[in-house]
Amino acid sequence: MKQILEGSHAVAEIIRRINPAVVSAYPITPQTHIVEDLEKMKAEGWADFEYIRSESEFAAASIVLGASATGVRTYTATSSQGLLLMTEVLFNIAGMRLPVVVTCANRAISGPISIWNDQQDSVTIRDAGWVQLYGETSQEVIDLHILAYKLAESSLLPVMVNMDGFILTHTYEPIDIPPQNLIKKYLPDYKPAKNTYLDVNNPQSLGTFAPPDRYMEIRQELFDDVAESKNEIKKLSQEFKQVFGRDLGLFEEYKTKDARVVLVAMGSVCGTIKEVIDELRKKGQKVGLLKLTCFRPFPDEEIIKALSKAKYIAVVDKSISIGTEGILASDLKRAGFGKLKSKIQSFIVGLGGRDVNKKMIKQIINQVKLKDNSIKFVGE
Amino acid sequence: MKKFKHILTAKPGSAKENKTGSWRTFKPVIDQEACIGCDMCNKVCPDGICYSTGLKNKKGRIYYDRNLDYCKGCGLCAKECPVNAIKMVEDIK
Repeated sequence: MKQILEGSHAVAEIIRRINPAVVSAYPITPQTHIVEDLEKMKAEGWADFEYIRSESEFAAASIVLGASATGVRTYTATSSQGLLLMTEVLFNIAGMRLPVVVTCANRAISGPISIWNDQQDSVTIRDAGWVQLYGETSQEVIDLHILAYKLAESSLLPVMVNMDGFILTHTYEPIDIPPQNLIKKYLPDYKPAKNTYLDVNNPQSLGTFAPPDRYMEIRQELFDDVAESKNEIKKLSQEFKQVFGRDLGLFEEYKTKDARVVLVAMGSVCGTIKEVIDELRKKGQKVGLLKLTCFRPFPDEEIIKALSKAKYIAVVDKSISIGTEGILASDLKRAGFGKLKSKIQSFIVGLGGRDVNKKMIKQIINQVKLKDNSIKFVGE
Repeated sequence: MKKFKHILTAKPGSAKENKTGSWRTFKPVIDQEACIGCDMCNKVCPDGICYSTGLKNKKGRIYYDRNLDYCKGCGLCAKECPVNAIKMVEDIK
């Protein structure tokens, strides 16, 4: 049943139904409503989880690390500076192969101080060993949370679900939140394998040091498993469709089949891009969108196949690797090296909450067809 | 259920399998006849590798020994020994 819900409230509600044992978080705009709602649910007695208040995001991440190490389902959410403060712990969570799920309400990074949306926070920690998923709508974001837990627990990898701050977290849209019994059918209770978690009756250590003759193999195994998780995402997306009737996947191809110009983007900006594509298609322009859901692992082969016929590829980033270009753009160039003949150009939009409108998208579509291949900041 | 190729958990007490003595450049050599059994070397050793043998030397004093499997050669024992019974000697293998 569809209800008109605020994105953050919908996330809190899906987390309550997913039923983690431990939730710990530190409030930060624009994630605040998610954790406020979870705390309220706990205080009013209709949530089962332990809610542990923390003195910082570093502590919140450490608390869910420790809780997850005891073999239970955990949850935290953060944004921006909070995510960066968690960074050290996030690498540890991945290295210790703990199936933690975190929601990142994407926000710009200081300075200058900005509380508004872009995706600099999550892309900055792309090498931490986490699976990173990006939702276009709040519906997709809550669906991704269900898949994220299933993926995390089957692959023993942490998963970050990203939603654009304010644009999704603070807006209302019709959302279908699946009932708990249906969620449980898809996502059964988490039962970790024997000898993989902390247990007083079977003492052992987790997160110990590895000497030079072990460390590299352990890191390679993490690398291999994150790479392999794209196949698990494909499989779990099919199962998701069977249970909930909605599509998820590594990415969505929107009118790309015959497109000469293809835009590549992540998150809520894809909604605006789709509108522009529909308008331009009516005028006969062959334009399409590849909406990337799974940013880590980066699905190289699948993306190259999807983009093989495009003449011009405009990569629309809401973040930038200062000193190079848009992060998604350089990822795509790496994946397509020697395989894609198309022009790939990096466009930076929406930093620090700058609105991305249809005019800007049209400007990008016109610009990518020109000879110039420099990085463009499209602000107005 | 996912199984790891490389185990990430450690059994209790398994740190002792990692013999850290190989890190050392100098090793302590104890003159057991000079040793007065005061226990100072044991008290200052960061790795707890100096221990009482329970045996007596010619002077009738209980003398000490050290476990070179874990001695990192810091030299604290030699520095603190009140009777200079411990010398640090280059550990050539």
